[in-house]
Amino acid sequence: MVRNITNFGRNGVSDWVIQRVSAVILGVYFVGLLGFMLLSPDLGFAQWQALFSATWMRIASLAALLALCAHAWIGMWTVFTDYLTEYMLGPKGTVLRFVFQAASVLLIFVYLVWGVQILWGL
Amino acid sequence: MVSRISSDCGRELVVTLTAPVSGLHLNWLPVKDNRPKNLDLYTVRFPLPAITSILHRISGVFIFAGIFVLLWLLSESLTSESGFRNVQEWLAATPVKLVIWAILAGLLYHLIAGIKHLVMDMGIGETLEGANIAAKLVVVFSAIAIVLAGVWIW
Ligand code: HEM
Repeated sequence: MVRNITNFGRNGVSDWVIQRVSAVILGVYFVGLLGFMLLSPDLGFAQWQALFSATWMRIASLAALLALCAHAWIGMWTVFTDYLTEYMLGPKGTVLRFVFQAASVLLIFVYLVWGVQILWGL
Repeated sequence: MVSRISSDCGRELVVTLTAPVSGLHLNWLPVKDNRPKNLDLYTVRFPLPAITSILHRISGVFIFAGIFVLLWLLSESLTSESGFRNVQEWLAATPVKLVIWAILAGLLYHLIAGIKHLVMDMGIGETLEGANIAAKLVVVFSAIAIVLAGVWIW
């Protein structure tokens, strides 16, 4: 029986897979970005803006942003469902868990809209 | 179902059960449980894989918040030439450097421990000995990466 409706995918297996796929996307993106910054020590505005407005980079950044949203949703859900439970905290556990999950989903949504705006508001 | 014990060799307190079985804890509730609980952190052994595992969790939550700062800097740095210079100026201040270093440290640790996690998910090193070695590698590599990040920032 489905008792938990705030997880990301349809079930635990899909959450598990999404978390791993998103982890790889995020890892590649961050390593690439850090590598670029390391290899261009006197980075200027023009080069920086050219990088982020290139179509391929927008694709990569949007992929990383979406991966981040899914990854963080699943990740925070996992943490909250481990600690903010009735088993640990009594009846208020469920309420607290709901509040924290709502807050993290809100923050994820802010990241999504803000990120898209940064990428396309150039 | 999916649990953290599978790849950390049963050495951590937290067992993460995802959706299909997560309702289980509700089923424990009505049962009056009088068995003694041993959650005294001084008597529970915390082997290295348990510590690297919980740090992976803490760093994940930490960078989730840290993304706010990174997005802020990215946003400002891309608005205009002067925005870019603003960010450069901010990044010259020691408190800002410390914040960025902390976020980068969290990210690098989470990344390296995450790679270990993915490798062990593939069934590589899923033994008691393998888990201990992998945890040591995570500590060594992330310590090096975090120090290098500090050198880069300063
Ligand atoms: C960049 C932003 C990232 C954020 C905000 C983030 C956040 C999180 C959070 C909150 C968790 C849950 C922790 C837990 O259940 O113990 C998690 C789990 C995980 N993260 Fe990340 N993470 C990020 C990047 C990465 C990267 C780059 C990797 C690369 C390998 C990665 C790999 C993983 C893995 C494998 C898990 C699953 C752990 C498990 O099943 O217990 N994450 N992440």
